[in-house]
Amino acid sequence: MTVPVSRTEADAAGQPPADEAALVFQDFSAWYGDLCAIRNVSMRIAEKQVTAFIGPSGCGKSTLLRWINRMNDLVPRARAEGQLWLHGQNVLAPEVDAVQLRRRVGMVFQKPNPFPKSIYDNVAFGPRLHYRMSRRELDELVEWALRKAALWEEVKTRLHHPALGLSGGQQQRLCIARAIAIEPEILLMDEPCSALDPRSTMAIEDLIAELARDYTIIIVTHNMQQAARASDYTAFLYDGQLIEFGPTRDIFTKPRNKKTEDYLTGRFG
Amino acid sequence: MREKVNRSGTRDERSVAPLSRFSVRYWSERLIEGGMATSALLTVIVTLLIVLVLGRETWRFFRDEEVTIWQFLTGTRWAPLAGGTRYFGIWPLVCGTFVVTVVAMAIALPLGMVTAIYLSEYAPQKLRALLKPTLELLAGIPTVVYGFFALTAITPFLKLFVPGLGVYNALSAGIAVGILCLPTVTSLSEDALRAVPNSLREAAYGLGGTRFDVSVKVVVPAAVSGIVSAFLLAMARAVGETMIVALAAGSMPQLSLDPRQEMQTMTGFMVQMALGDVNNFGVEYLSMYAVAAALFLLTLSLTLCGGWVRRRYREEYQ
Repeated sequence: MTVPVSRTEADAAGQPPADEAALVFQDFSAWYGDLCAIRNVSMRIAEKQVTAFIGPSGCGKSTLLRWINRMNDLVPRARAEGQLWLHGQNVLAPEVDAVQLRRRVGMVFQKPNPFPKSIYDNVAFGPRLHYRMSRRELDELVEWALRKAALWEEVKTRLHHPALGLSGGQQQRLCIARAIAIEPEILLMDEPCSALDPRSTMAIEDLIAELARDYTIIIVTHNMQQAARASDYTAFLYDGQLIEFGPTRDIFTKPRNKKTEDYLTGRFG
Repeated sequence: MREKVNRSGTRDERSVAPLSRFSVRYWSERLIEGGMATSALLTVIVTLLIVLVLGRETWRFFRDEEVTIWQFLTGTRWAPLAGGTRYFGIWPLVCGTFVVTVVAMAIALPLGMVTAIYLSEYAPQKLRALLKPTLELLAGIPTVVYGFFALTAITPFLKLFVPGLGVYNALSAGIAVGILCLPTVTSLSEDALRAVPNSLREAAYGLGGTRFDVSVKVVVPAAVSGIVSAFLLAMARAVGETMIVALAAGSMPQLSLDPRQEMQTMTGFMVQMALGDVNNFGVEYLSMYAVAAALFLLTLSLTLCGGWVRRRYREEYQ
């Protein structure tokens, strides 16, 4: 299936070209009951790049993120219109099973939320749901995911200790390891550093850069410096609308829209 | 904030009121605190007095040369009213209580647990708003009614399937006690399940879990301390339940594990003693206190167990 965004129209808006898109929003709108949270957003998210959603509180950036893996299905009265294509498949189509979809889209949340189980069982949780593996295969997968999340060296001697004994930053990296253990196509991160100290934040940002080699990453952040440091593309949302979207360098150095400029220079938000 | 200004335009006098501790407000505050402390203390005192009476009468029972603590705790025959030699071995009564409790828990735990999971994780808002009060209505039915129900409805019904079921039997009494305990198990377990932070559910859904995966593999394990203490509380309730067993289980102490038989529980015996016209100072009357003390220790240990489990397995969430 072809991705339904014309090349000229999208390129004009500074978006990545269609053939490199992992995810495409097409006239996407979302509501909570009668409240319109997202209005007519169209954009393309580049494959194996980091895309940041920025904007003031309540602008709809988390809502947008939570529709990608249909987390909003769990919210009563939440609904969406338009199309949302994940590698050429419309995620919003009625025949799409949200449970199956979430195997392909990993998510990391605002506050570290490890299960009250051991470190090992946290990482093994997803694989155990979806695959039948031998003990050895599972051991290898857990080690791979923990290494990928830059946590292995710190926890390898206490894999069977409770995950809640880790520090906040370690817990968040554990949650990243847990998310990538099911080898998703896209990794969604909803303000992953907002509950962390600067040191842990730096560790997570380094990790994001590292993971972007293999994964398409979308990160919602309140922190504009973080968007500038960690992302390749930036989308600025305001009041449920996509105000500006393009390569991060361009957005931060020469914003085309007055609102973007005002927000980036701290005049509101 | 706007400054209060009086008619003459100067600052309000009240702002320079004396800062004495011994104002009316101070004393009324002390009075309220004292009243509350007295009420709290009263509960403790009443409890202590009950335990004291129980202990004293139990001591009087064992002081009688007819029975020793050893006989009481190891004897396998309970016949306090028999002519000739009387027997005071508590095991038949413990056995009755045990059988009734096991039957009750076999009904209440699985059913209550499944209902709690359904209410907390599956049921839509509206259905829960309807179901939960209905369930709590069960807790409001007087236990006498359950006893009658066991005797006049459950037993005749069970007779259709269970051969050799007596008019009085531990099975139907146990089932009725199980129904009685159902709201306790459900309500407390549901509270425990709902106290699990939503962030854990989201994490599990985010990994591609189904509703069942999320409920059984994440929410229930995370709530295990609350669930176990709900179980223990329900068990303590079943052990102490009196009216149902007095009506439906019968009054024949037996050392047997067959729930089809007539049995007497510890509570059942106490009712019989307290209501019957036995000599108020005889050893058979005092045996009631010894049984009560044993029952008290049993339920106390269950309650303590519940508290320990709650502390030991409670997860600290951020």
